[in-house]
Amino acid sequence: MRDTRRYERIAFNLLLLATLIIIAPVGIIVFIVLWHGLPGLSWEFLTAMPRDGMRAGGIFPAIVGTILLTIGTAVFSIPLGILAAIYLNEYAERNWLTRMVEISIINLAGIPSIVYGLFGLGLFVSFLGFGASILAGSLTLAIMTLPVIITATREALGSVPNAFREVSFSLGASRWQTVRGVVLPNAIPGILTGTILGLSRAAGETAPILFTVAAFYLPRLPESIFDQAMALPYHIYVLSTQVPNVSLKVQYSTVLVLVALVFVMNLTAAYIRSKFRKRKTW
Amino acid sequence: MVTEENPKSEILNPKIRISKLNVWYEGKHALKDLTLEVEHKEIMGVIGPSNSGKTSLLKTLNRLNELYPGCRTEGEVKLDGKDIFKEIDKHLLRKRVGIVFALPLPLPLSIFDNVAYGPKLHGLKDKSKLKEIVEMSLRASAIWDEVKDRLSSPAFTLSGGQQQRLCIARTLAVEPEIILYDEPCSGLDPISTLKIEEAMRELKKNYTQVLVTNNVKQAARVSDRTAFFLMGEMIEMGATAQMFTSPRDKRTDDYISGRFG
Repeated sequence: MRDTRRYERIAFNLLLLATLIIIAPVGIIVFIVLWHGLPGLSWEFLTAMPRDGMRAGGIFPAIVGTILLTIGTAVFSIPLGILAAIYLNEYAERNWLTRMVEISIINLAGIPSIVYGLFGLGLFVSFLGFGASILAGSLTLAIMTLPVIITATREALGSVPNAFREVSFSLGASRWQTVRGVVLPNAIPGILTGTILGLSRAAGETAPILFTVAAFYLPRLPESIFDQAMALPYHIYVLSTQVPNVSLKVQYSTVLVLVALVFVMNLTAAYIRSKFRKRKTW
Repeated sequence: MVTEENPKSEILNPKIRISKLNVWYEGKHALKDLTLEVEHKEIMGVIGPSNSGKTSLLKTLNRLNELYPGCRTEGEVKLDGKDIFKEIDKHLLRKRVGIVFALPLPLPLSIFDNVAYGPKLHGLKDKSKLKEIVEMSLRASAIWDEVKDRLSSPAFTLSGGQQQRLCIARTLAVEPEIILYDEPCSGLDPISTLKIEEAMRELKKNYTQVLVTNNVKQAARVSDRTAFFLMGEMIEMGATAQMFTSPRDKRTDDYISGRFG
């Protein structure tokens, strides 16, 4: 009896410790980034062009570039991903073809991001002739994000009880009417959450944009989707490895902006999820 | 079997004529060689222990079976003389043959929208027409007085018995000709059960009904004729009074008197 209680206490503490260790890196990163980054943050830093070989001035074009790339990624990946997921989950019969598609999606998720970058370089930049451009970068990021969106959407669709579908069919609904009337309204929160999380990951990626869009130093805003653009992740890489004598302040402030951007997206996802969970009634 | 022994029970112009129907799920023979006729505006009770093929029968009648990939059907089912597999579009068939499931399954919508869901599917957009149909359906399923003041609240706020009557209203709203019930009262208290049975008797005026039930007494109370199923076979079918007083088959007698099942 006493042994049971002792093991219980050990187990509890062990599990608690493991959980706390997970929090630690997040807390430390956020703390260091805020500590070093906040002092350098100013309105000018957010809205001005870089000067003195990026050692001074602001990071405005990098922010704009990242936002444009995220929007581009969303435009290409969300419709494709959600439609494919609906097909796979609601329409497709289980056969070797759908299994192949499923295996492809899983493998797509496992491909290292640098490989996406090279793939984008080969297909979009060279073969299709988009050049290093926002278009090529968005497409590359979109392909990388697709498996995340498809998987999240399928999970959200799968969590809608089958009984609802059966009710809808029993009233004479077609498959599409059932998807639109019963399945999608109940899956939307899950789809949104997964989609935003996928996009926030894309916003922070460096490797896929390395060869497909990112400009080393471009102190002006892009004028079309065929222009190159600066982007925050690549800019951080450049500041910390390619440019000598950049003050730590500038580097950390740039990191802070990127982390904040990704955080805001993730918080939005969490907010949507919690808001809809309250409304969920079954 | 029935027709041979009791030729009088053959119906000249049945609502549903099932002949030599066989259903398999993943190779499991769920319904064996069923031949059965359902008359216009009667309540056909179907009793039997679980796994006897009752639900398989219902889900064949409106072709919901086809949603399950492992399901195979052989034989013929005619609705008003037309083959439901070959001559009737399955969506139209399901509109004509409504079903009420074992558990109350309201959709995660308001009370009003639950009932309006079906008519909207079939293209009804006119708001006042919709209101009319919703009210009529809720009245017919004997729940209007309980919900008329809160049509816009979520259907999940209703009690189990109310939810089930709401589901009946939802089925009625697409103006079916036949209503199938799959153990509609299995999760309900006696009072709710009573109300649903009253609704069924009221609905007899306009609808043909097939009532699958685990509750033998319910079949005795409500149905005009009763069929007894066992292991996928129809053992016996006849007028309810006859079935419950002098069943021809010993197994029917055993089941009705509660000796097994």
